[in-house]
Amino acid sequence: MARIGVFICHCGSNIAGVVDIPKVMAAAKELPLVTYVDDPMYTCSETGQAAVREAIVKHGLTRVVVSACSPRMHEVTFRKALAQAGLNPYLLEMANIREQCAWVHGDDKAAATEKAIQLIAMAVAKVARHEPLTPKSVGVTKRALVIGGGIAGIQAALDLGNANIEVVLVEREPTIGGRMAQLDKTFPTLDCSSCILTPRMVEVSQHPKIRLLTYSEVKSVSGFVGNFEVEILQRARKVDMDKCTSCGICWQKCPEKVSSEFDSGMGKRSAIYIPFAQAVPSKPVIDLTHCRYIKFQEWQAAPEATRGKKPMECRICERLCPPQAVDWGQQDQVLKEKFGAIIVATGFQTFDYSVYGEYGGGKLPDVITGLQLERMLSASGPTGGVVQRPSDGAHPKTVVFLSCVGSRDDKVGRPYCSNVCCMYMAKQSILLKEHDPQVQSYVFYIDTRATGKGYEEFSRRAQEEAGTVYLRGRVSKIYQEGKKLVVMGEDSLMGRPVEIAADLVVLATGVEPAAGATELAQKLNIGYDTYGFLMEAHPKLRPVETQTDGIFVAGMAVGPKDVPAAVAHGSAAAVKAVGILSQEKLTTDPGTALVDAAKCVSCFLCEEVCPFNAVERETLRDKRVVARINESLCKGCGLCVSCCRPGAINLKGSTNQQLMAELMALKL
Amino acid sequence: MPKYAYYPGCAVHASARDYAVSAQLVCQALGIELQEIKDWTCCGASSAHPTSHLLGLSLAARNLRLAEEMGLTLTSPCPACTSRLAGARHELRDPAALAEVNDILGKDFGNTVGVEHLLQVLSKGDRALPVKRPLGGLKVAPYYGCLIVRPQKVLGFDHEENPQSLDRLLSAVGAEVVPWGFKTECCGAGMPMARKDMVHKLSGRILAAARSAGAEAVAVACPLCHSNLDMHQGDMKPNPKMPVLYFTQLMGLALGFSAKELLLDTHFTDALALLRGKGLA
Ligand SMILES: Cc1cc2nc3c(=O)[nH]c(=O)nc-3n(C[C@H](O)[C@H](O)[C@H](O)COP(=O)(O)OP(=O)(O)OC[C@H]3O[C@@H](n4cnc5c(N)ncnc54)[C@H](O)[C@@H]3O)c2cc1C
Repeated sequence: MARIGVFICHCGSNIAGVVDIPKVMAAAKELPLVTYVDDPMYTCSETGQAAVREAIVKHGLTRVVVSACSPRMHEVTFRKALAQAGLNPYLLEMANIREQCAWVHGDDKAAATEKAIQLIAMAVAKVARHEPLTPKSVGVTKRALVIGGGIAGIQAALDLGNANIEVVLVEREPTIGGRMAQLDKTFPTLDCSSCILTPRMVEVSQHPKIRLLTYSEVKSVSGFVGNFEVEILQRARKVDMDKCTSCGICWQKCPEKVSSEFDSGMGKRSAIYIPFAQAVPSKPVIDLTHCRYIKFQEWQAAPEATRGKKPMECRICERLCPPQAVDWGQQDQVLKEKFGAIIVATGFQTFDYSVYGEYGGGKLPDVITGLQLERMLSASGPTGGVVQRPSDGAHPKTVVFLSCVGSRDDKVGRPYCSNVCCMYMAKQSILLKEHDPQVQSYVFYIDTRATGKGYEEFSRRAQEEAGTVYLRGRVSKIYQEGKKLVVMGEDSLMGRPVEIAADLVVLATGVEPAAGATELAQKLNIGYDTYGFLMEAHPKLRPVETQTDGIFVAGMAVGPKDVPAAVAHGSAAAVKAVGILSQEKLTTDPGTALVDAAKCVSCFLCEEVCPFNAVERETLRDKRVVARINESLCKGCGLCVSCCRPGAINLKGSTNQQLMAELMALKL
Repeated sequence: MPKYAYYPGCAVHASARDYAVSAQLVCQALGIELQEIKDWTCCGASSAHPTSHLLGLSLAARNLRLAEEMGLTLTSPCPACTSRLAGARHELRDPAALAEVNDILGKDFGNTVGVEHLLQVLSKGDRALPVKRPLGGLKVAPYYGCLIVRPQKVLGFDHEENPQSLDRLLSAVGAEVVPWGFKTECCGAGMPMARKDMVHKLSGRILAAARSAGAEAVAVACPLCHSNLDMHQGDMKPNPKMPVLYFTQLMGLALGFSAKELLLDTHFTDALALLRGKGLA
């Protein structure tokens, strides 16, 4: 026979100020199997916990109900107290008479008291049917996977490597560096982006604990915290990385020039290329869609009737390569790796502004994006740091910036603030002035958001030192008039329309998640919001965790962020991963679902509803295939329990029988 | 055969006869029947709605009810009428407003009638156009004006900032549509009586932009835009001398009607010389 102790917490006046404690105690004493009732002032305090421990020992209690606050708050505390008193920690039940009674029914004390009595009766009925549970433990693969080699991913990989943990860094592009590598100088200190970034990139490539896989993507993910199995697709570079000496002859001599992605279309690259001079690794890749030899091979393979003029066979890179590193036979490879934790730092891309018809819809050549200007400002960029108009190469003197293009605009489905544009517009207008004192910049803004450290001062510097004119208002139209772009807008502070004849217009296009982020999130089984930004487990208190244990997120992939924030985020994610990877074994919550194989009818509806892929199929000796729950993956959400038609699944610690008992205890 | 309850509105009925006639001819050629609403009255525009909001709403509702009785979707060649009527329909989704208006109408109006501008009707789907005389690359700037696509919430037609329906229609009849930035800019609207100077400035700018975009003519779909752009050119300095044609006139030419039938000889700014030069008149 169970001997149940009930502890009714005053929580100072939080509960006792509303709920009639003596009345609740009297009612609790009458409940079946209750042998002891107490009312500590603060049950969670050390004295309160001691009272619980002592009562367990002295009165031989075998089950405990703490009626106090939410189990989210203190369930762990009281489980520990039970364990210290020698009781299985899972023989505890909490009745939440603070949030659910005192706080919400403060205006009706009698009702609050009555509800508290009922909640305790339910908890008593449930706890009587508790079984002792033991957490399971699983081993940990002490390796981490970092997906995305922008500054956030680089930071995470370095922190993990320095903590002596083996890391694989997977980057989709031929080089790491991310968007930061494309920037000229960085706000608010104007230090050169490459100068601070490239040493980190080199550190990654030389770190004994870090293995870099560029031109690679995650293909599939299975397993669970401590034991993920990941397939990584490494695309063929057609260049033997071991033989290549990065001499550069191939990319200088390749005759096929195409628009450079790294230069945001402002410059050209060859078909065999490294994205930029400081790329890591500095080994080229052959772009198969543009390579002439590949086109020649396609021509050869095509049926005679359909193929056109014979293209040049080319192969210049192959012929000129001193160490003969070009390898046409190289194929895509799939690597299978095991990891204990995963960090996702896939970053962002900028908004495609062609939906803005009023800004020329992408058809006006001298309307460019912030990233494109960034490339032109860069001394190592396609124009050698000279800003030029794409239409005629002329040097612009009047430059107009438009903020919030694809940010804070419901019409294009982007109501959020992109966080970095206000600051990079200020930065770019300062840099334009530094490059040429005759340049006059105008910024059309909604608000200037300069909330970081040193940001407000920086933004004032743009206005006061660089003479940038800030106009509050949206631009309604940009049109070409001769060589000028006429920008029509409103100065909403002066309440009048303004028109500026500009040489160059820069759109501060907002940020959005990198292409493919949601597909990756689906493979990893982590959440994302309506825009595709990855979801944190809690926006304030668990900013790098996800709802899948062992998978962490960092950087712009989670939401708009500047470099300092992305770096901090990367480090935070690394620390959280270390928290797992430094363990020998991980214990798992035993409150998982359990299938009664005898009752299972093999419909596998549970498999379909399980958000955590925890349902597996098991073949019994009689050849029947039934569902089985992988306890390491199961989060105890109970979806499978409620959808199981024959009632074959139960949640340990919250069984169907227990829920029924709770309902029966409820007196309506 | 698609059938519509046709609401011409005062301007198309009286001053923009060229628009009315060409619209009728084009619809006939395309097998679209326009059944004029019997006893239609003012849509509630101009002086009505500033005088009393309820008056404006009730006038619009009266015409909507007549169309509803015909069991047809209402169409009007006038963007102002369309805007008033569609706006009223939008506002009358509120049951209290509908009850109030029904009280005034003395009839049961269900507010179930559809409202579409003629451009929306003609640009629907991929209707095959029986083109007899393609416009041979006549360079046209499609001018939509302020109301045809606005407000989106009420009309849900095309795009507010860079509409395309007229562009597509004109290309389909063989015109070369020039890209330009003034598709929905203000022409001066109802201001020519009070502020001629303003109309000259605003309309003048539209015409100049069309010219610098390489257009030989401007196509319009609104009687008010037409009068502002066409009638005042003589008073503008310099005189833009830019033919302004209703889109239905351009379509009509391509469908084989003569310039005379389409009343192309009635404009203030001569369009015939241009059309003759292209072998279209
Ligand atoms: C015009 C402009 C100017 C800016 N100026 C400044 C400034 O001056 N100061 C400042 O602090 N911030 C600035 N920023 C913001 C800064 O760029 C970002 O804060 C920073 O780049 C975020 O780093 P990240 O690592 O999170 O993302 P990213 O830099 O986007 O890196 C993500 C990486 O992940 C890779 N990746 C994406 N998907 C996958 C996948 N599925 N698999 C593998 N790899 C993948 C990408 O190729 C990329 O290398 C600016 C931004 C813009 C647009």
